[in-house]
Amino acid sequence: MSDELNINKKRKNQIKTKSSAASGRGETDIDYVRPAELPEQDLYHGHSFITKWIFCQDAKVIGVQYTLTAVFTGVVGLILSWMMRMQLGYPDLFPFLTAETYYQMVTMHGMIMVVYLLTALFLGGFGNYLIPLMVGARDMVFPYVNMISFWMFFVAVVVLMASFFVPGGPTGSGWTLYPPQAILEGTPGSGYGILLMLISLSLFVIGFTMGGLNYVITILQARTRGMSLMRMPLTIWGIFTATVLALLAFPALLVSSIMMTLDKVLETSFFMPTIIKAGEALSYDGGSPILFQHLFWFFGHPEVYIVALPAFGIVSDLISVHSRKNIFGYRMMVWAIVGIGALSFFVWAHHMYVSGMSPWFGFFFATTTLIIAVPTALKVYNWILTLWRGNIRINTVMLFCLGFIVTFVNGGITGIFLGNVAVDVPLSDTYFVIAHFHMVMGIAPLMVIFGAIYHWFPLVTGRFLDEKLGKLHFWITFLGAYSIYFPMHYLGFIGVPRRYFEMYDSPYMTSAVGMNEFISLAAFIVGAAQFIFFYNLVKSLRLGKPAGKNPWKANSLEWLTPDVPPTHGNWGEKLPVVHRWAYDYGVPGAKEDYIPQTTAPSEVKDAEVEKT
Amino acid sequence: MFTGLIFLAVIIGSIVFHVWTPWWWTDIASNWSAMDDTIILSFWIGGGVFILVCLFMVYCIFRYQYKEGRRSEYKPEDKKLEKGLTWLTTIGVVALLAPGLVVWNNYIRVPDNAIQVEVMAWQWGWKYRLPGKDGKLGASNNRIISDDNPYGLNIDDPNGKDDVFVESNELHLLKDRPVKILLRSIDVLHNFYVPQFRSKMDAVPGTITYYWFEPNKNGEYEVLCAEYCGVAHYAMRGKVVVEDEGSYNKWLSEQETFSSFTAKNIDNKLNKKKLVKINNLSSNKNSILKEQDVR
Repeated sequence: MSDELNINKKRKNQIKTKSSAASGRGETDIDYVRPAELPEQDLYHGHSFITKWIFCQDAKVIGVQYTLTAVFTGVVGLILSWMMRMQLGYPDLFPFLTAETYYQMVTMHGMIMVVYLLTALFLGGFGNYLIPLMVGARDMVFPYVNMISFWMFFVAVVVLMASFFVPGGPTGSGWTLYPPQAILEGTPGSGYGILLMLISLSLFVIGFTMGGLNYVITILQARTRGMSLMRMPLTIWGIFTATVLALLAFPALLVSSIMMTLDKVLETSFFMPTIIKAGEALSYDGGSPILFQHLFWFFGHPEVYIVALPAFGIVSDLISVHSRKNIFGYRMMVWAIVGIGALSFFVWAHHMYVSGMSPWFGFFFATTTLIIAVPTALKVYNWILTLWRGNIRINTVMLFCLGFIVTFVNGGITGIFLGNVAVDVPLSDTYFVIAHFHMVMGIAPLMVIFGAIYHWFPLVTGRFLDEKLGKLHFWITFLGAYSIYFPMHYLGFIGVPRRYFEMYDSPYMTSAVGMNEFISLAAFIVGAAQFIFFYNLVKSLRLGKPAGKNPWKANSLEWLTPDVPPTHGNWGEKLPVVHRWAYDYGVPGAKEDYIPQTTAPSEVKDAEVEKT
Repeated sequence: MFTGLIFLAVIIGSIVFHVWTPWWWTDIASNWSAMDDTIILSFWIGGGVFILVCLFMVYCIFRYQYKEGRRSEYKPEDKKLEKGLTWLTTIGVVALLAPGLVVWNNYIRVPDNAIQVEVMAWQWGWKYRLPGKDGKLGASNNRIISDDNPYGLNIDDPNGKDDVFVESNELHLLKDRPVKILLRSIDVLHNFYVPQFRSKMDAVPGTITYYWFEPNKNGEYEVLCAEYCGVAHYAMRGKVVVEDEGSYNKWLSEQETFSSFTAKNIDNKLNKKKLVKINNLSSNKNSILKEQDVR
């Protein structure tokens, strides 16, 4: 494998002589690709079961490990949401659901879903599996660090789950963990629970940083020959930008976690002002609760895009492949991803319009927030314009993409409500907010995750998932989730505040009893439908229809490995060479309706390809 | 076919739900109808975009469903179209943002004739303080809060002497007179929220925050805590009564001032030493009377 450099050098010389000879006749070598600059390094190959499957350095295995662990936490989060809906739909029916447990469930559900499921799954799961394959590398650049990254994540999950079993239970401070409440006695789990949460988050950030550096450097440094940045699939652009955001945003979470741990353990006063409890002033003095909110949302808002950008990227690729059409406005899509990523660092305080921060901030943050709507809207237009005049396969993957468009546009538009500072005043802290963010960063990214799993399952396992079960899974999930969150906006209009264990009998709240029951029923059904999906996964793993090579007739590199599923090192003897972007579908003059990235121009002479 | 129809049904269903929903906001009882108007405007623009995007998607599903042998159009970019869409979106965004900022500008500028009302939040309840005849609230500090000084007032500040204490979760407000709500908290974050007034703001321990509104409809309204504050957050409710001048002044005259509170306290302490029994009886009687008055 390390002979490649020599081969390349030889080739380079050949090309030089060839092109200088050719230039005399006014021709150039149309297949020329710049040679590699560095020799390849050999990978560490595991041989024992432990080095191959447990402490494994293969990014693909690490990706699967991340995915399985993240999905496990997701199932826990799902069960917690069921219990919350039991209380909200049918209060008093379940005596074991006290206010304490309710708030603990709210907190754990939120944190698990945002950080331990979505972030870990998109970056750790899809990132690890797809980055090396899609950019034509043999593995991540630091495989050993990559392995440690997963195991840090694993320990973080163990610590988080352990908090269910400590005295006092897990923290019930809401996923935002706002002090002073988070570490004071009036909140459930303010002893061990919050401490374990903070430790788990810190471990997560450390683990993620190891993985994140890997993703970024692999994408920047280990792309194969010909894979210029502007030829990368949008999946990679999405994951790349999201990782950069995460590397810049997570430190804010880490420091706030550490500071709060100190406030809790050593009674420092980073976030703790003078507090009167039971008539006595506590020892705290002079800290600022709003400082924590700034730190938290400086992490928290980019976090939304850490989840959303990979989803944007992946869904672009899925839509393009399955409507057999190039993604519309690729360059615009790339700049939109990068632009959204950059802007996402200037909008954090739109979560804090009514937090008591200086009211003058409202003008600035409302403006930046609504500016972000422009590139985001352009992405939506480009997705539907990709469908336009395409040749759309209506399969499970495409269904999930369509479901994504509907839920994302819906949630995006309610985001404009909330970002527009004066509109936020009546709506903030109500169910409108819950409906908004579940639609836009819960359901929409989940749609992409499911679509992506149906799309790449044949690559990972060599078998298709069952289409019938897949469609059933889609329709129940999409229609069910939509009927949970669409009506929920209207609860917010009424004025029902979020994080209410019980509504009591305020006249405007009792009018919503029927709706709450309906939402709960829908939530039970949607949750149950996910087990159809798990059944499908297990069944198809053994009995699914064999997929063979490149079953979707896609262009991007991950489908072009010599072995399916790809083996360690991905590419066999020779690395692939890239001649075009990943979106040459339906090119006039070409024999097939797709031209894989590795196809040299001389092989498709008649194709009228636009230069990319 | 089937797929397109269901997506179409989802869009139509959303519109129908919106038009016929029985769940809508409470009747507004303050000056902030501009907030409602901005929401309605957002609905028209945002809802319009949602419907157009989804209908276009449904059209594509019907029109461009997979056919063996058909080629999709090969057109990587369309500069003109992309530019047009960018401008259109920008205009839409500006149309939403501009009125929003105007309303916000009004929200953070308190009118000069506003009555100051201090809302003091604690785990888990509300109490209030009003300025006396001087119209000024005395300076306060959470650290000096004690039984003798429940609001932590600076004893040397003359503005505080005539401050009115409302040690109950019920606050009365004068109709058609702007109020500046000054929020304090002695422990964690809270948020003083009356849905009918539309406005809200967090109470943050260690600092004083504010917002204002002008109640314009007589009645009783429920106060909700809108910022999660621990296990009894959902039960942290209060009451606001908006009324005309006559009944308002009557209510106001029944409240205690800082100086009368202090005087009573000193009395109580002296009495405690001498006439424990009698004092107990009388203070019990006082509190019962007070409760009846409030009702």
